[in-house]
Parts: sequence; C-alpha cells; structure tokens
Amino acid sequence: MKLSQGVKMAWHSVYSQKLRTLLTILGIMIGIASVTVMVAIGNGTAEQVKSQMQGLGTNLLTANVVGRGAVTSITLEDAEKIADIDGVSAYAPVISGSVTVKYGTTTYSASVLATTPSFAEVREYSVAQGRFIKEIDGAFAQKVAVIGSEVAEELGMSNPVGEKITLDGVPYKVVGVLASKGSSTTGSNDNIVIVPIQTARVVLKTDAIRTLYVQAESEKRVDFVQTMLEFHLQTFFRGDEDSYTVFNQADLLKTITEVSTSMSTMLTYVAAISLLVGGIGIMNMMLVSVTERTREIGIRKSLGAKQRDILFQFLVEAAIIGGLGGVIGVLVGAGGSSFAGKWMNSPVAPSVDIMVIAVAFSMGVGVLFGFLPARRASKLDPVEALRH
Amino acid sequence: MSAKQDQQCLIRLENIYKQYEMAGETFNALDGVSVTVNKGDFMAIVGPSGSGKSTLMNVLGCLDRPTSGTYYLDGAEVQKLRDNKLAQIRNYKIGFIFQQYHLLPKLRVIDNVELPLVYRGMSARERRERCREALEKVGLGDKLHHLPSQLSGGQQQRVAIARALAGRPPLLLADEPTGALDSKTSREVIALLKELNEAGNTIVLITHDPSVAAQAKRVVRISDGRLTEERNEAS
Ligand SMILES: Nc1ncnc2c1ncn2[C@@H]1O[C@H](COP(=O)(O)OP(=O)(O)O)[C@@H](O)[C@H]1O
Ligand SMILES: [Mg+2]
Repeated sequence: MKLSQGVKMAWHSVYSQKLRTLLTILGIMIGIASVTVMVAIGNGTAEQVKSQMQGLGTNLLTANVVGRGAVTSITLEDAEKIADIDGVSAYAPVISGSVTVKYGTTTYSASVLATTPSFAEVREYSVAQGRFIKEIDGAFAQKVAVIGSEVAEELGMSNPVGEKITLDGVPYKVVGVLASKGSSTTGSNDNIVIVPIQTARVVLKTDAIRTLYVQAESEKRVDFVQTMLEFHLQTFFRGDEDSYTVFNQADLLKTITEVSTSMSTMLTYVAAISLLVGGIGIMNMMLVSVTERTREIGIRKSLGAKQRDILFQFLVEAAIIGGLGGVIGVLVGAGGSSFAGKWMNSPVAPSVDIMVIAVAFSMGVGVLFGFLPARRASKLDPVEALRH
Repeated sequence: MSAKQDQQCLIRLENIYKQYEMAGETFNALDGVSVTVNKGDFMAIVGPSGSGKSTLMNVLGCLDRPTSGTYYLDGAEVQKLRDNKLAQIRNYKIGFIFQQYHLLPKLRVIDNVELPLVYRGMSARERRERCREALEKVGLGDKLHHLPSQLSGGQQQRVAIARALAGRPPLLLADEPTGALDSKTSREVIALLKELNEAGNTIVLITHDPSVAAQAKRVVRISDGRLTEERNEAS
C-alpha cells in the first residue's frame, strides 16, 4: 500500500468520527494552548525586562534615597563621599523632574535629568551631535542642555546644536544631541533633557539628590562596591536602612533568569502531564475503535491488507488525532496569547519554536500511545475478525 | 498428474485436516479433504450447518491454515506460507464474496471496490479504470458515488462481486452469497455468477440452497468434514 493512500484512509476514519476525535483531543488541546499562552506571556515579560536592563549597564548599582526626618536627600559633596569606594569607575548623582520644553513656538513635555558629565558613561549614552555636558559647564553653572533624539525630533529641530530652548521658561543652549537608545517600559530613553546638576535649582527648583548611579569597574567588583556603598549609606543615615535602597543589576538579572527558568521547567511539566493525559485518551479511543472496527479489519485483511498496512493505518490515525490536538491547541494558544496581551496590557511574544515542538510532540504522543491499539489491530486473526 | 492437467488445475487439496481442540478432545472440522478444481470450473459445496463448509472456505481463501495436508493454489504450495505472504495471495489470487456482503459502510461504492487494488499499491488512475469496468460488469456503473446504505441488498452484493472482480483474481470464492437475499434477487445474483463463469472466471460457491447448487457445473457434498462428489458435468 502507498503511503499517501494510507494517510488518506486514516484521515477518512478520523474525519468520520469528528465528535469523538474532538473530545479525545480536548486534553492535548487545552494543555498545548495553555502552554503556548504562558510561554508567550513569559517570553514577553522576559524580553521586556531584558530590554529595560539593556538601558543600564550590568555593572551598575543604583542607590535611591528616601531619607528620614530632616535629611531626605544628599548633596553633591555627600555623593562624592558616598561613592568614594575602591573599584568604582564612575558615579553620577541625578536630580530629575518633568518640564515643558519650548523651542520657538513649539512646546513639548520631557523629563530633565540634572547630573554630572560621568552620567554618559554610567548609563551608556553617547552623543550623536555636538558634545555632552562638561565639568566646566557645572563649575560655572552654565545653562547648557543635551537633548534626547526624540526631543529634538518633537521640537522640529533640524540642527539643534547651538539653538536656544527654554525649560519651564528658563533659557538653555543646546550643546549636544544624544544617540537614540530606544525605549523600555519605564518610557523612552530618548525623551530626556540633560543639564548640569548645578543648574538643577533654577530649572527643577530643587538641589536634593535622590538618585545615585555607581558603576563598578568590573562585574567581579560589583559585590564589593555594593557592600561598601550600603555601608556608606548606612553610616550617612546613621544606621537607618529604610532611608535608602541599592539595586544591583546583576542580581536583578539573575532573579529574572531564575524565575524564567523555573517557569519554563514548570511549563514543561504542565505540557508533559497534559500530553501524557492526552496520550492515554488517544490510546483509550484507539482501543475502543479497534474493538468496534474488528469487522472492518477482518474485511481489509481478507482483501489483502498486510499486518503492516493495518498497523500503519491505525498509527497514522493516532498521529493525526494527536497532531490535530497540537495544531488546534497552538492556534487557540496563539489567539489566547494576543487576547491575554491586550487584556492584561502586558507584552506577549509567542514562540514559533515552541509551537512547532508542541505539534511534533502531540503527533509523537499519538504514535506512541497509538502503538498498542494499532498492533492489536494488525495482529487480529482474519477469520475471527470477520465473524464479528 | 500430467503437465496438461497441472496447467488446467487451479486448486489442489491433498488430505487436508483442520483440527480444533474442544474440551481436551481433538475435533476434525476437515477430515482428510482432497479435491481439485480446474480453471473455469463452477463448483458448489453443499452440506448441512456445522459440516465444515466455512472452515473449508477459510482454508481455500488462505484466511486460515490447515492443520495438515497440502494446498496448491495456482501452482504454488500455500499452506506453509507466512501471514504476509498469505495476505498477498488473498490480494492477487482470490476474490471473496460473503453472505453479509462485508462492505465498509463509510466508504462509497467505488472506494469499496478499489480496496484490493489499494493494497496492491496500484496508481489511482488505474484503480478508477478497473473499478469502473468491474462495476459496469455487475450493472452498477451508475452507482459509483453511492454509499452502501443507499443500495438494496442485491445491489450491495453486486458491489461486493465487483470488488472481488476488480483485482482480476483467478479464483472467486463465495460463501452463501445469496443467504441474505430474497429468492428473486438470489436468482439474479446467481445468474450474474453464472455469466462471470461463462466469461472464464473460476468460482467456488458454498450454499445450502439446492436451487443455487443446481446452477453450478459441479457439486460436492461435505458432511462431518468429509467431501464426496455429488455431480460433475465434466465427467
Ligand atoms: N474456531 C473454532 N473452534 C472450535 N471449533 C470450530 C471453530 N470453527 C469451526 N468450528 C467447528 O467446526 C465445525 C465446522 O464449522 P463450519 O465450517 O463453520 O461449518 P459450516 O460453515 O458448514 O456451518 C463446526 O462443528 C464448528 O463448531
Ligand atoms: Mg458457515
């Protein structure tokens, strides 16, 4: 018998028992669909977090100051003392706020980061046009600004360097434009205006530093620098550990990796269990089917079907049933993913790999669990079978 | 046996036994059957219920192996062959016609008729052609796409005959082919078989209906697993 003919026959049988097939594949379908959805959500979240992290360097420590009593922030001098640690390659204190930027008659809302020149190194920004802010700008409290690419675009500045803009009414001179970094969930990385920290008071009406970026010179030094940083902050806030928090990018990354690994392990178990249950369902259906179709098998054998023809027919049937479960599951899962993404407003990234693997595995499960019934069918004695 | 006789001979059974163990006792369902059937013969096997007709039919049809004895079919010794080989022989050498028609109810007429050819691995075009031809022979050339359930009993049996013919086997084996039909339809089916025999097909038919047996060229009687010649027009 030809392969194509066997497949056609098997498909015909499966098709002629639509309802039973549907009920049988329900388990596999639900399993595969839920795994597809969960993988899509998991992938989406992981990608989001990763892109967020890519906005920051891995050797970066972020200290956020909440403060306590009268001391709710630190000064530039405090920052210098706090960051005075062996193994620190750069640090940048930041005062941030939101302002209205105006160029000519165009206005635009952006966030201002008042900081020091090392900010570029610490946060891995580079300049596309002009220059970054310099020490000397700070020393003379120069009202100069480096603007993000999005800000330049939104304000319609074709050649921003040297142009005048106002930040909440305070005139600033644009000295540079940042190279685009794209966006992360915390918002666009390009929608910012950077000014010398010494001018914070005039534009942001405050000189209270609440964020301090500290960059370790290597990944190995991160732990040491973090310990020292926490120690300095603890000393500064007289032992009040609630006054500050220190984030370690590497730790965060590790946690996320761990979470996503354990999640995918869990998903693998879910998938395995649903495939197992589905496989048993297929075996059950096929056993019933073989019993019901004993006469058919006898007839086919009397007409010249060999054992392997019968075996093949039933195996293909089982594979089709399993594969159908997989395909429908993946389709439902893909639909479910985009629905879940919209509904929970979270990013989803359906994995085509997982879908292909899911369908292949479902078919494999069909063949595996279909083998016993198919073998039973192929071994039937034609005389006995015809008597049914 | 001379070479000429050998050429004419389609079936030769020599001392065939089929034994069943029943409650520790050996029971001979076929008790030393020897018979030859020539090409072009139309032989009826008659006998009461339980006499061994179906058992003989199963042996002749290569659905079952005898316990002992030799069976030559179309020049080849078949009783010792493996299952796969027997399947191939059924496929190429034998066309079965059963009392219950044994059509597959979910397949259309043409798909039923082409089944033996499918198991030969024949191309779709050739299958179609052969099936059409076979169905025309039995007068059902216009029912190709019907389901068996849409046909009368006589028509279904004719589909089964077309299926038996489609592979152009040297032997047609019919087990009570009219057993489920009314007398008028029976006569039609027997007339068809007779016509096929006249066209050169060798037919072995099992029946307990004397009027059916009367249509055959040759009648053998089986009782308690033993065969006796009752009538042979050729001799
Ligand atoms: N598988 C079997 N096991 C035991 N006895 C059997 C079996 N098949 C047939 N027989 C016995 O062999 C005898 C002949 O049966 P069968 O060939 O079916 O008769 P017929 O077709 O002439 O009515 C009967 O007595 C039957 O009981
Ligand atoms: Mg019988």
